Amino acid sequence: MSRTPLYDEHKDIGAKMVDFAGWQMPISYEGGIQQEHLAVRTETGLFDVSHMGEIRVEGEGSVDFLRYATLNDVAKLSPGRGHYSMLQNDSGGLIDDLYIYCNGEQDFIIVCNAANQTAALSHLRKLGDAYTVDIVDESESWALLALQGPGSVLLLGRHCDDDLSAVKKNRKITTRLAGISADVARTGYTGEDGFEIFCRPDDAVKLWQTLVKAGAQPCGLGARDTLRLEAGFPLFGHEFTGDTNPLCSDYAWVVKDKNFYGREAMWNANCKQKLVGIKLTERGIAREGYRILADGEEIGRVTSGTISPFTREGIAMGWLASDYASVGTGISVEIRRQEVGATVVKPPFY
Amino acid sequence: MNIPNDRRYAASHEWAKVSGDGVITIGISEHAQDALGDIVFVELPDVGQSLNAGDEFGVVESVKAASDLYSPVSGEVTEVNSSLEDAPETINESPYEEGWIIKVKVSDSSELDALQDADAYKATAEAEG
Repeated sequence: MSRTPLYDEHKDIGAKMVDFAGWQMPISYEGGIQQEHLAVRTETGLFDVSHMGEIRVEGEGSVDFLRYATLNDVAKLSPGRGHYSMLQNDSGGLIDDLYIYCNGEQDFIIVCNAANQTAALSHLRKLGDAYTVDIVDESESWALLALQGPGSVLLLGRHCDDDLSAVKKNRKITTRLAGISADVARTGYTGEDGFEIFCRPDDAVKLWQTLVKAGAQPCGLGARDTLRLEAGFPLFGHEFTGDTNPLCSDYAWVVKDKNFYGREAMWNANCKQKLVGIKLTERGIAREGYRILADGEEIGRVTSGTISPFTREGIAMGWLASDYASVGTGISVEIRRQEVGATVVKPPFY
Repeated sequence: MNIPNDRRYAASHEWAKVSGDGVITIGISEHAQDALGDIVFVELPDVGQSLNAGDEFGVVESVKAASDLYSPVSGEVTEVNSSLEDAPETINESPYEEGWIIKVKVSDSSELDALQDADAYKATAEAEG
C-alpha cells in the first residue's frame, strides 16, 4: 500500500483513511463529506491527489504519436496549454480518461487515474515503439494538490510570484508558491474555479501546510466524488469503461476526426445506449448498479449516484437505451425493489 | 466513544432501550453513525408492521453507501421518528436521543438479555476498529 508525501498531515488532522487504487488516501476529514463539498462550492477546498499518475512524452514524434494514441488533438496545444482527453482501446472503448499538457513543442505531460496508471503506461509504450519518442513514468517525481472553489485565485495569488488571474482555464505556468517551485494549472474536477498544483514530493508538506494555514479546507476523496458527480463529470470505471464509446455521450467532442488507434471500431458508433444525467423526482438515492426502468422494462443501469449536498436531491448518471435519452424523459430507478420516479437531465446538477 | 449504560446493543450496532410499558426504543450507536459519515437518507418502516428479532426494518444511507437496520427485538412498530425524513443528520448529531429511529411494542422482553451490555458492545466496536 503506497502513501503520498502528505500521509502524516492527513492522519494528524483526523482523516478517515481508505485504500484507494493501492494508496492510503483520505476519504474525508472530521467535518465530513458534505461539509467539505460545501466548502468547495462556497469557499476554497484543498485535495491531495498525489496518487495520480504522470507520464512524460518527449521527442520528435511526440505530436504524431499522441495524435494517434489519444482521442483529442494535441496539435491544437501550444506550450502552456492543456486539454481533457482519453486513451482508447481497439474495440470502441476506453483505457482511461486523462489530461494532457504541452510543456514544449515536443514535450508533453499526461496526468492519468491512479487505478489505470500501469495499464496506460504499458499501452503507450507499446504504441510508442513505432515513433521517435521517449515515454517516461514521472509519477514518483510529482506531488499533486488541487485547490478548488471561488476563493482559489485570491488565496493562491497571495502566495504566488506570478499574477494568477492571467492564467486562463486549461493553461499551466511554472512559478513559485511560497518560495516553492511549482507548475500551476487552471484546471480541476469539481466544476469550480481552481488550480491543480504540481510540485516536488519533498516540497508537498510545506505547500500543503501553507495553503491550509491560509484558509483552504482539507477535502478528501469522498467530497471529490460528490463534487465531480454534481458537476456532471465522468469517473473512469463508472461512466466510462473498456466497453463505452464516448461518441454516445456528451463527451463526443473529445473524439477528433483524425487517424487514431482503434478508429474503425469507434468512429461509426451506432449508439444503442447513451450516457445521461438522472435526477430523482421522489425520495431516494440511486446507486451504481441499480436498474433503470421505463415502460415496464429495464432500459439501463446507474453508473454513479448520490444525494447532492448542495441541493439535497438524488442525482445520478447512467447508460440507458437511446430512445429514452432525451432531456425530460420520465424514467424510474429501482431502489430496493421499489420503482422511484426520475427524469433524464443534462448535467450539471446545480 | 460514548456507549451509555442505560441500554443494550446488537452486534450490528443497533441499540435497544426500555421506554416503559413494554415499549422498546431503537436507534444506532455513536460508533455506527461515525463509521457511516453524513447520513443523508433514512427509510423507515410503517407503523403497525410486525418484526421478528433479526428482521431488516429500514435503511440508513450515507453519502457513500446504504446500510440495513436490523431489529434487535420482536414485536409491533408503534412509532417511527418521521423527523428523520427531513433531517436525517439528526442521527449523526444525537444517535442516542433525538436520533432514535423506531419504537416497538415487544412480545417477549427477555429478548433484551440476548443483546450486549455497554461493556460487551465496547469490545465489539473496538474490535471493528
